Amino acid sequence: MKNSEIWVAFYTILVREIRRFTRIWPQTLLPPAITMTLYFAIFGNLIGDRIGEMGGFSYMQYIVPGLIMMSVITNSYSNVSSSFFSAKFQHSVQELLVSPTPNWVILMGYTLGGVARGLCVGLIVTVLSLFFTHLALESLFLTILVMCLTAIMFSLGGFVNAIYARSFDDVSIVPTFILTPLTYLGGVFYSIDLLPDFWQSVSLLNPVLYMVNAFRYGILGVSDINVYWALVIVCVFIVVLFGFGLRLLNQGKGIRS
Amino acid sequence: MTYAIEISDLKKRYDSGFEALKGIDLKVEKGDFFALLGPNGAGKSTTIGILCSLVNKTAGHVSIFGTDIDKDFAKAKKYLGVVPQEFNFNVFETVFNVVVTQAGFYGISLSVAEERAEKYLKQLDLWDKRNDQSRMLSGGMKRRLMIARALIHEPEVLILDEPTAGVDIELRRSMWEFIKKLNEQGTTIILTTHYLEEAEQLCRNIAIISAGEIVENTSVKALLKTLNQETFILDLDTSLPNNWALPGFSVSISKDASTIEVEVIKGQSINAIFKALDEISVNVVSMRNKSNRLEELFVKLIKG
Repeated sequence: MKNSEIWVAFYTILVREIRRFTRIWPQTLLPPAITMTLYFAIFGNLIGDRIGEMGGFSYMQYIVPGLIMMSVITNSYSNVSSSFFSAKFQHSVQELLVSPTPNWVILMGYTLGGVARGLCVGLIVTVLSLFFTHLALESLFLTILVMCLTAIMFSLGGFVNAIYARSFDDVSIVPTFILTPLTYLGGVFYSIDLLPDFWQSVSLLNPVLYMVNAFRYGILGVSDINVYWALVIVCVFIVVLFGFGLRLLNQGKGIRS
Repeated sequence: MTYAIEISDLKKRYDSGFEALKGIDLKVEKGDFFALLGPNGAGKSTTIGILCSLVNKTAGHVSIFGTDIDKDFAKAKKYLGVVPQEFNFNVFETVFNVVVTQAGFYGISLSVAEERAEKYLKQLDLWDKRNDQSRMLSGGMKRRLMIARALIHEPEVLILDEPTAGVDIELRRSMWEFIKKLNEQGTTIILTTHYLEEAEQLCRNIAIISAGEIVENTSVKALLKTLNQETFILDLDTSLPNNWALPGFSVSISKDASTIEVEVIKGQSINAIFKALDEISVNVVSMRNKSNRLEELFVKLIKG
């Protein structure tokens, strides 16, 4: 395919993905808005006032970056995993497989579709959080960079999940049993400084911790870990997941007989 | 000579160990209307799956318009349009979007895609449904949508895998008229079907596949010539007298003696039947083949 044709194919996949999640907005955009509003109201306002300050900020201000990041992670992941698995399930993925679209374009199209939803939900949650607290912005560039890289990483994760999934249960297992615990234990609600030394070390194995803290640094200017180290880790994950996803596509794992 | 499709020693063994193709060779000429026939599980869909990259081959070579799929599958895929057996579009997309999106996967710009979508949806009587979700279409409309989608990049070869399964007679006829016109305009058509009379009426060349092997590959005309016996059913205007016989023919007479089945062996003249009936002043009201001629051959070849 010529470069211009590749661009059209990529754009087509991306637009289709965006059209999908905006068409079913009550399932994709509304639930995180409601859930996060409840988090802000209950953990931030009601309980947060009793907790006091954390990292030099009110508890509400402290958890907002984590909750935004949590929304980005779950939505970018689930967008790709559910969309690609649905395409497999109803065989519409064959539309792409019979076409000359290269596999790396398919992977990028789905990934960017997930990123689009992750960023869209992230923006909605950010706007909602402003009704509850004031947010300083330490570094706009870092904030956007971390948000995008995180969305890319989890979109790729969702793609790999969808490739391996054989049923809708398989699509929900990873978010329920792996992603949610990692996110809750990734410093969304607390600073790891509060943990005993052993659990602090264990927490450092959690990749979500790096993303949440890097994002928090972009907004509040505080972090439990080195931000540049966090960026390196996310980039490594992206490269590995992209390579792995592409390999699976080239092999036709789960999509070709 | 460059063939539309050239397959040599194509083998496919699934992970389960099932050998779906045992080294088939097949050539389809440009502009042909070609039938690939065989019973369920014979290897037709596997062959088509390999052609359009839904199935990974185990061994062998496949060229599409001279392009080896192992060397440049992307180029080879551009020559092909596929209408699969099962509905495989996103049922929540509108009819128009299903077609336009497919064009995008082939790198066709939106303006050209919209123009072509209008052309093919109108030709296939789906234009009025363009804004409906595709899940709302009837079975026949869904089939036509898949044809429109397969044509959006204007392929040189159109593969139709059981396209008329479950489609009513009127729609089937109009679908075949459309496909025949495409063929007349130069598109190579490869068809799999269980309706053998369709293959007999439409196709010039034919391959019969059984248990992963090609058991016959010739022109429909040549194949029909090998048929050495046909059974005709004759409806008569009056009942035959008792003990009526037709020397040299095997005849079975219905209970009311007004319909007869006559087996005619190659070389025998049908005139003899009419002559014998004329002698007893019985007229033939209508006459038809007992079964489709190709069907008889097909059964014979498959049973082998």
